[in-house]
Amino acid sequence: MVERTDNENPNGGSALKAETTAPDFTLSSGADEKVSLSDFRGRPVILAFYPADWSPVCGDQMALYNEVLPEFKRFNAELFGVSVDGVWCHRAYREHRNLHFRLLSDFEPKGEVARTYGVYRDGEGVTERALFVIDGEGRIAWSYVSPIEVNPGADGILNALESLSGKEVANVDKRNKRESQTKSASL
Amino acid sequence: MSTNATSARAKLSLPVSERDHILGPEDAPVTLVEYGDFECPYCGAAHLIVKEVQKVMSNSLRFVFRHFPLTQIHPHAEVAAEAAESAGAQDRFWEMHDLLYANQQLLDPAHLVGFAEELSLDTVKFVRELRDHVHHEHVREDFTSGVRSGVNGTPAFFINGFRYDGSWEFGPLLKALEDGSVDANAI
Repeated sequence: MVERTDNENPNGGSALKAETTAPDFTLSSGADEKVSLSDFRGRPVILAFYPADWSPVCGDQMALYNEVLPEFKRFNAELFGVSVDGVWCHRAYREHRNLHFRLLSDFEPKGEVARTYGVYRDGEGVTERALFVIDGEGRIAWSYVSPIEVNPGADGILNALESLSGKEVANVDKRNKRESQTKSASL
Repeated sequence: MSTNATSARAKLSLPVSERDHILGPEDAPVTLVEYGDFECPYCGAAHLIVKEVQKVMSNSLRFVFRHFPLTQIHPHAEVAAEAAESAGAQDRFWEMHDLLYANQQLLDPAHLVGFAEELSLDTVKFVRELRDHVHHEHVREDFTSGVRSGVNGTPAFFINGFRYDGSWEFGPLLKALEDGSVDANAI
């Protein structure tokens, strides 16, 4: 339990780990649009925190995720990029790079959501390059903080989604088994 | 915090097999797999270096090319990849591969048909295959295998099944390949 408290009150940028409840948040995804994590209960959510729009590595990382979107969709997962950039900056960046997923502005109070996830870099005023896969019940299934200059790729995300869907399939199987047992019992 | 995935070298998730385009002997001590995009300028530069390396290493190197088109930033990358596959269906994959890299600015469909003519391909078949996206699946399979192997941008190289994160300038790449060769001989 002590460990969990540490996770919920990250000190010095310790990212929330698997099995932790993902803190809910509401952030702007455009001038008139807001997104709350809790809106996505029932399906996996991928949060990709990145330091800034326009910086070269991010470009590659977001370009890559743009291409991998169909794979994420296979798992019915919703991807959000998150940085401290404002909505207009995000909009220009998204249009320029032709990104087909939403970018959230952790802009005011600056980096508040990143702080609650333990991935804010105080001295620099940007977020870590960090990935979170959150399950349909709002629990963190997997998290990873990459060295800030390294594009972490998408394999970790896909592995996490795969093991989540495996669990879901297993749960459905169990349910089906239970149901069929109940049925046969009632026959 | 960055102790997990970064310290372990990413591994090739899809082993080299008959589905691949392969240059060099099957029993070569070193296998170099490249994930590339015909419209990516870095891949164009790397292509020339790989050619040089192939010359020097000759029969001790087996080279494999897989597609990793970043279609949202390179609008012609997908059709170029499919064009290479279509040429491959007529046993001219490598000739088309070289032509595409030599003409990275000219990857629109009209030029692609011109390249097919230059290689004396059956252009009716070539055009039909491009129009019907006959080779889309294969390209997508390459791409997905790259994502699952941790490819995070292009070009990406794997030496004997492990991702090579070093410089792909001629000297360092050759050295890494020769070291790979030594490793293989030692086993």
